[in-house]
Amino acid sequence: MPKLWKPGDAYIWISGLALMLTLAMIGGLLFLIATKGLGSMWPVDIGRYKLTDGSVYLGQFQGRELVRGAEGIRSESDFRVKLKIGNRDLYGLDFKWVDEADIASLDYPNNAVILERREWGNYHGYLKEIRKNGEIVSGADPEAFSVLKSVIHDANKIHDEILKIEKGEIGDINYGIEKQRLKLRGLSMRGENNSAKEAEFRLKIEEYEALYKVSEAKLEKLYTELNRNEVVMSSAAGEEKVMPLGKIVMAFRPNYMGFVEKAGFYVERFWGFISDDPREANTEGGIFPAIFGTILMVFIMSIVVMPFGVIAALYLREYAKQGLMVRIVRICVNNLAGVPSIVFGVFGVGFFLYGVGGIIDSVFFKEALPSPTFGTGGILWASLTLALLTLPVVIVATEEGLASVPRNIREGSLALGATKFETTWKVVIPSALPAILTGLILAIARATGEVAPLMITGVVKLAPDLPIDGHFPFLHLERKFMHLGFHIYDLGFQSPNSEAAKPMVFMTAFLLILIVVILNITAIIIRNRLRKKYATSAV
Amino acid sequence: MTSGEAMRQQQEFSAPVINGVSITHKPQRSDKAKIVPDPLVKVEHLSLFYGAKQALQDIEMNIPRKKVTAFIGPSGCGKSTLLRCFNRLNDLVDGCRIEGNISINDKSIFDADVDITDLRKKVGMVFQKSNPFPKSIYENVAYGARIAGINKKSVLDELVEKNLKRAALWDEVSDRLNDSAMGLSGGQQQRLCIARAIAVEPDVLLMDEPCSALDPIATAKIEDLVTELKDRFTIVIVTHNMQQASRVSDYTAFMYIGDIVEFDTTEKIFLNPAKKHTEDYVSGKFG
Repeated sequence: MPKLWKPGDAYIWISGLALMLTLAMIGGLLFLIATKGLGSMWPVDIGRYKLTDGSVYLGQFQGRELVRGAEGIRSESDFRVKLKIGNRDLYGLDFKWVDEADIASLDYPNNAVILERREWGNYHGYLKEIRKNGEIVSGADPEAFSVLKSVIHDANKIHDEILKIEKGEIGDINYGIEKQRLKLRGLSMRGENNSAKEAEFRLKIEEYEALYKVSEAKLEKLYTELNRNEVVMSSAAGEEKVMPLGKIVMAFRPNYMGFVEKAGFYVERFWGFISDDPREANTEGGIFPAIFGTILMVFIMSIVVMPFGVIAALYLREYAKQGLMVRIVRICVNNLAGVPSIVFGVFGVGFFLYGVGGIIDSVFFKEALPSPTFGTGGILWASLTLALLTLPVVIVATEEGLASVPRNIREGSLALGATKFETTWKVVIPSALPAILTGLILAIARATGEVAPLMITGVVKLAPDLPIDGHFPFLHLERKFMHLGFHIYDLGFQSPNSEAAKPMVFMTAFLLILIVVILNITAIIIRNRLRKKYATSAV
Repeated sequence: MTSGEAMRQQQEFSAPVINGVSITHKPQRSDKAKIVPDPLVKVEHLSLFYGAKQALQDIEMNIPRKKVTAFIGPSGCGKSTLLRCFNRLNDLVDGCRIEGNISINDKSIFDADVDITDLRKKVGMVFQKSNPFPKSIYENVAYGARIAGINKKSVLDELVEKNLKRAALWDEVSDRLNDSAMGLSGGQQQRLCIARAIAVEPDVLLMDEPCSALDPIATAKIEDLVTELKDRFTIVIVTHNMQQASRVSDYTAFMYIGDIVEFDTTEKIFLNPAKKHTEDYVSGKFG
């Protein structure tokens, strides 16, 4: 036995085992999230389940589980299956558990259609007829489905146009009116009695209102056009349902599609998921605003935290007289890294929102008060709070980087007549750059995953506008934003339809991890380039 | 002279303090310095303390213009410390205190009006361990010029080429000037450091055991280089290697425990030393 311990083989085995365990845990986590998330988008075949009590459902198989105890031989009656039956407007729930013993028959009708709707989730049923202006243009013949697809395509075009008008034109008008209103308010607040100006502003408002009337009329026309065409469907039990085409996003027949078709559909859907806005209280549609918000926030945080962290570390390591005071400061910085993130959030609310934001409002946005502009949560404050949170990481990493720059390189620079500042700027910082970037990588990883401080400093469930748009100054730092981490929490725990949101939770988690990985890999690539360029190898 | 003696002498004089370095002037004590006809650097009564520990004891010597002067002696005898006084690199060391004076061209380097960066431009240095900056070969040589505010490409190109040629490195690196200096071999790195130092056109070039980490071939190259450069620069070289001192230097100082035991022409030190101690060391009886 002592012979086993002496060469240290046992230690090597133990550490190898620990490493394997860690890798297995990481791999397992990623595998679970990826399969649950990515799998949920696959168009599963739709089955017609006839139950023994006479009811019929068109459902997609979602899972199977053991009901009774494991004693004895298992038979079919011991299992139940989970079906996605859609038609929330008919059944009240999207999902249904069915005991396998209760299933009388199961087949996969080719003509079963799934409609993705803007409200009430998916509709499972059969196509009965398509009506244009109340006239039946197509019945349940084989060609009907391609007609349906083309009319849905047209409807989607109209829908896009409506969105463009609502967000673009009417958005611009509202923006203009609000600006004039604030100008008017400013006039009255300053007590100026400038009737010429006042009239000018009022005239402009009237102009905008006239424009609004035009847009509104356009919208009305589009809406009637959109809802003029209808599709009539019948459910599995034969119940008829008339739906205006404007309410339908897309239609597909999973049982009719081959594997390649399904794969294409999957890619299309995946792209929609990462590029679309969310629908139906975030449980359907895409998560683009959340992705955008997360990345923008990390960017702003990085831009703020890097100079501050590096300058602080430079002072601590290069300029400050090493003594008790610096030691105390260093201990405080290290302790900051251990403060719970929600505490930083509370600090952010107190200091940034109410303090700094309040002052900015009272100086620059007086007209808008009492509704706050910067005095409320926003992407800037959330980013600054996260910058504070990650500052210790950057400081510690930078300090270590500076400490590892060899003394003889500094002396080499000084011996050439460089001042200390020149030496620091031209030789020391470039040499320490890889370590500084390591600090940034750690900061990004921490910031991307943080949720608690964001919830109180600017993240919302649904932000109407992105923080970047076409209105000057293009980047609106005061706006609230969406964030993937919060999105997960919101979907998983705050959703009215949590069963339907489950795949979204996994997908969002998967994307969040993906973004962390992508951001980190980018930083690591940059760091390795620099490391090659500035390698401080000895002889 | 023992260290006790030095301590006593030092207490006899009140030291004026300049730039945080206290300086004592004392009357000429010995004639060690007189053997050099045309001195560029004069060291007068130089003592150096790291905290309470005395590292240099009342050094007195003159360093000849455009000659190679070698410092030899066992480890820890203060050769490098003395060398680092000439460009005041010891100022960086916490708790370092200097007494006495060094003057270059009859101007004290400890005077209050001396700009330390100007001094270091006049007194270049090559270190024991080659220390190229983590930049390209070109930028390493151009570093001093850039510090001085020269950024014109044509001027820099010329300067880089000239000094790489002077350092006998041009033929080896002319086709990869923009590669990292870290990719060079040890000997090339050291010659690059020499090129970098002489690119500033210093009067004095200090070399602190420049070959201690190099193989014999690289060492020979550097030694040839030193011999060539002495037409242009006053060179002070610290070495552990007595053959090297005898090969490259015109004058040699033998140091022992912070003091100069003997300073004379290299020929005299190696062939006919005045002191027994020196003879023992150069003949390899101790050290």
